[in-house]
Amino acid sequence: MKPESEAALAEIVKNADGPLRIVGGGTRDIGAPVEGAELSVAGLRGVTLYEPGALTVVAQAGTPLAEVETALAAEGQRLAFEPMDHRALLGTQGTPTIGGAVAANVSGPRRIQAGACRDSLLGVRFVDGMGRVVKNGGRVMKNVTGYDLVKLMAGSWGTLGVLSEVSLKVQAIPEAEATLVGRGMSAAEGGRALSAVLGSPYDVSGAAMMGGAAMVRLEGLGDSVSYRVKRLLVAQCNGWEVVEGEASAALWRDVRDVVPFAGREGAVWRVSVKPSDGPKLLEALGGPEAVLDWGGGLVWVLMDEASGVRAEVERRGGHATLVRASEAMRAKVPVFQPEVAPVAAISRGLRAKFDPRGIFNPGLMG
Amino acid sequence: MQMPAPDQTILARKARIVARLRSVLPKDAVIDDEAETRAYECDALTAYRCPPLAAVLPSSTEEVAAVLKVCHDEGVPVVPRGAGTSLAGGAMPTADSIILGVARMNEVLETDYENRFIRVQTGRTNLSVSGAVEEDGFFYAPDPSSQLACAIAGNIAMNSGGAHCLKYGVTTNNLLGVTMVMMDGEIVEIGGAHLDAGGLDLLGLICGSEGQLGVVTEATLRILHKPEGARPVLMGFDSNEVAGECVSDIIKAGILPVAIEFMDRPCIRATEAFAGAGYPDCEALLIVEVEGSEEEIDAQLARIMAIARRHNPVELRESGSPEESAKIWLGRKSAFGAMGQINDYMCLDGTIPVSQLPYVLRRIGEMSKDYGLDVGNVFHAGDGNMHPLILFDANKPGDLERCEAFGADILKLCVEVGGCLTGEHGVGIEKRDLMVDQYAPEDLEMQMAVKDVFDPKWLLNPAKVFPLASSEARRMAAE
Repeated sequence: MKPESEAALAEIVKNADGPLRIVGGGTRDIGAPVEGAELSVAGLRGVTLYEPGALTVVAQAGTPLAEVETALAAEGQRLAFEPMDHRALLGTQGTPTIGGAVAANVSGPRRIQAGACRDSLLGVRFVDGMGRVVKNGGRVMKNVTGYDLVKLMAGSWGTLGVLSEVSLKVQAIPEAEATLVGRGMSAAEGGRALSAVLGSPYDVSGAAMMGGAAMVRLEGLGDSVSYRVKRLLVAQCNGWEVVEGEASAALWRDVRDVVPFAGREGAVWRVSVKPSDGPKLLEALGGPEAVLDWGGGLVWVLMDEASGVRAEVERRGGHATLVRASEAMRAKVPVFQPEVAPVAAISRGLRAKFDPRGIFNPGLMG
Repeated sequence: MQMPAPDQTILARKARIVARLRSVLPKDAVIDDEAETRAYECDALTAYRCPPLAAVLPSSTEEVAAVLKVCHDEGVPVVPRGAGTSLAGGAMPTADSIILGVARMNEVLETDYENRFIRVQTGRTNLSVSGAVEEDGFFYAPDPSSQLACAIAGNIAMNSGGAHCLKYGVTTNNLLGVTMVMMDGEIVEIGGAHLDAGGLDLLGLICGSEGQLGVVTEATLRILHKPEGARPVLMGFDSNEVAGECVSDIIKAGILPVAIEFMDRPCIRATEAFAGAGYPDCEALLIVEVEGSEEEIDAQLARIMAIARRHNPVELRESGSPEESAKIWLGRKSAFGAMGQINDYMCLDGTIPVSQLPYVLRRIGEMSKDYGLDVGNVFHAGDGNMHPLILFDANKPGDLERCEAFGADILKLCVEVGGCLTGEHGVGIEKRDLMVDQYAPEDLEMQMAVKDVFDPKWLLNPAKVFPLASSEARRMAAE
């Protein structure tokens, strides 16, 4: 099913007599396998409003992400949260949609400075489990009118409602970018270096470790970027290499999309912990292959084993998502971090209100 | 402003309820003397007052849990209170409710520079969070104007903003985790020192829920290293339209100042008379502040001033020293006080798309004439968060009602042009009945269903946020 209007989408949901598998572009096949009729929002397409002077864009949920990004780029703007493209890592095909990025709260390296997708999200329209159209938030930057269901919808993976339209805050593409690269570091050394940089006044927009190299990104006006590069080179990043322009951008695309794990055998975990716990977690796990982002707080681990990862995360606080695994492993291991009892009760209660019949992606989040 | 009639059966049980509260709290933490409960009869929306049944001042999460268990058991409504600075009546009690004040819970629990967070009890004031890390070069970014007095608990409840959120975001963007006590006394931990939720984003839902979902007792907040410096520039224009265009052009040029503040003529005149900041006598004034090193600031301000010059400013004054910077900010910071010197005022908080600024200001001016009430505008222009200040005389019969009707019309106008009722103050009781202008019944139903999950008996701050008629069935069923 592929409705071409919000009204048609609502009608389909209202008349549904069984579980629905909600998809945007189908490129982010994460979560426990879902049995159900496919309901695609790819037919809801188009940028409905774009005001560069107000830094806001509104688009139908099925609009290809690339279409949104092209429209923004024409005005020298972009999505601040730098959404990851999951296709290479997951081996999926299709066209990523803006609704899919929101439903999965997909956020890239710039998360540490500009916030996650949920922080850029200003408003949503969605269809609830009874086929009612609900709106929340709007298209202005500051809005505390009623409860923030906008944040709740971001990262709910289509289990609370089917997004029909999203409105987002955007940012200007900076004049310049540069990356400082410190090679030959252990995870622990790299983590310490990144922490020192993030504790500086230099407004870092990326702090990652990949292939034994620590990387720090600076963006902004040309003069400002070169000033900050100069300052960091004489202090926290003494002796590091400077990469600029497109070469710098390419490095961050690789971090964003976890390119080192693309096309490789093995399960992939995405772990969010306190930044200083990132390197410690890797050490506790026996040093598996990893990509560290968010100053060490986001850990991508290539590792088939399950119990160790979850136990380490539980001990330290945080969460681990099994982003890529065999069908067998996904059926056995909870894909999302199991919640403690009182939190799980709240989540269950919310799902029962938003989707009383339990037809949206049942079981996907556990 | 209508509030539900107090539940007589609760009033009749006062002695027993107070005795039960005393049994779980230290003696001096329960206030039931009528003279003393008056201290809690209102917040900063002082036009409306009602002393609570009693007030409690717990000192720990466990004590908060014990209080809530008693109230849950007795079916008594609870109104959480931070510092009582809400402009929307968020902490206003009813006669049958218990005020739960977190003011005694003001400790710093953990400071972690390596991971850039601070964990505090939520009774701590906003400014003293920054104060705790200032000497080490860090700060907590959200800076509501009431930051000297307001508590983190209230900041979380209302998702407070401030002048600098154009760059740093509001509370929800800087909140990493909370310890929250549910109405039935259960303690839950949500989030932590890591980023984003593993499951549903409950943290995002709790922030801005106006104390209706739980009582947040501890918070993990993101802290940042202070920028090397900051410098404002003052611009005067001969029309609101031109000033609005200038704001839009600065944003479009890809420069992100930390603040763009706007004042119109009535406000400029009032603040000049009050504070003597040396502002030009013009129609509209902008204060634009940027951050960075001296060189970075020079480069940014050069571009911003080039844009301003294209709009023929009547004044363009870059600060040349810390003293001059302070003077530029002086008028803006004393604007509310200055307006208060002239008369009583009501401060609104509607937010609009920046592109609608000139139109909305013109309409407000026209409405001001129709209502016969003066209005001054001083607000965060970069993000469209307006603060019209309507002047009225509280001692003049009918003036408050006229002022409220004018305010409601302004907020409806904000919604009409694609904005919202409140950008950073919250709905409380003040904008409760206007919610139907922004949201359809099913939108409100979904929000109320969320409260059903967290607080099935509707005991937490029950008569707020939703129009009384919309929430009536739920509140009655709970009794």
